[in-house]
Amino acid sequence: MEITALDKKIIKALQEDLPLSEEPFREIANTLQIDEKELLNKIQYYIDEGIIRRFGAVIRHRKTGFTANAMVVWKADPDKTKEIGKKMAEFPEVSHCYERPVYPEWPYNLFTMVHGRSKQDCYEIAQRIGETVDIHEYSLLFSSEELKKTSMKYFMDEN
Amino acid sequence: MNQLDKELLTMIQKDFPIVERPYKYIANELQLTEKEVINRIKNLKEEGIIRRLGGVFDSRKLGYYSTLCAIKVPKEDLDEVATIINKIPGVTHNYLRNHQYNMWFTLIGPSEEYIQETLEEIKRKSGIEDLMNLPSKNFFKVEVKFNLMEV
Repeated sequence: MEITALDKKIIKALQEDLPLSEEPFREIANTLQIDEKELLNKIQYYIDEGIIRRFGAVIRHRKTGFTANAMVVWKADPDKTKEIGKKMAEFPEVSHCYERPVYPEWPYNLFTMVHGRSKQDCYEIAQRIGETVDIHEYSLLFSSEELKKTSMKYFMDEN
Repeated sequence: MNQLDKELLTMIQKDFPIVERPYKYIANELQLTEKEVINRIKNLKEEGIIRRLGGVFDSRKLGYYSTLCAIKVPKEDLDEVATIINKIPGVTHNYLRNHQYNMWFTLIGPSEEYIQETLEEIKRKSGIEDLMNLPSKNFFKVEVKFNLMEV
């Protein structure tokens, strides 16, 4: 999709916080000086096209009971990463699954984010995944500190 | 957070209604009043459980590039390097992790050149050469929604 000046204006508004008023979209539409219906149609279009991956509440999982998460990195056969990645993605405890490049000091080519209620939980989930895809060289990286977590702001240097 | 809050959060994480009166729509689904829904969301924001209400965009579809990076930072330099990295607007996540590559951050930018230049700048300012750029080659899943009813 080609992103027009109007799209950029709308996207910039939707990456902010939705007003907690009875008619939040009308409020945004008024600010953008467009019709509310047009705004609602645009948002639905962005969702259908996958430009908006999801619309709704972004929550801090650390505060909701899913307290432990681990980045589990896997040394997978480079010829089988697609097949293995798909299998890993089927686990409900896996929220993200990517293939990434390797380095001399970094042999792991598959990355999964695994969520559990405790570190022990994460180890057990990783073990189950490992057994399913028959990979036994993997490592769990837990975060010891969150230094930054924000949402990306797009098109900020454009009017 | 009570059961009703969990139900509300589960619902508005993904299926937020794109209609003229979204809070009223949610209220009807949960048998609450519009005011109650607005107040509950307001509370969840104040408690820090909801970080934001809005669109989460696919950066690639907006023509942006993103990557995950890992850098090996000496313990005594952690604060200084974190400050350098966190100052960059395209850095959206940054974590310390239990590995010799101990600082992991995501970087989003309008072009591959921007990514390269920014990483060079981080190396220059921090004096650390050991930085891995790990852009995704394939992705199999991105899903941040959780059913909070199970918590």
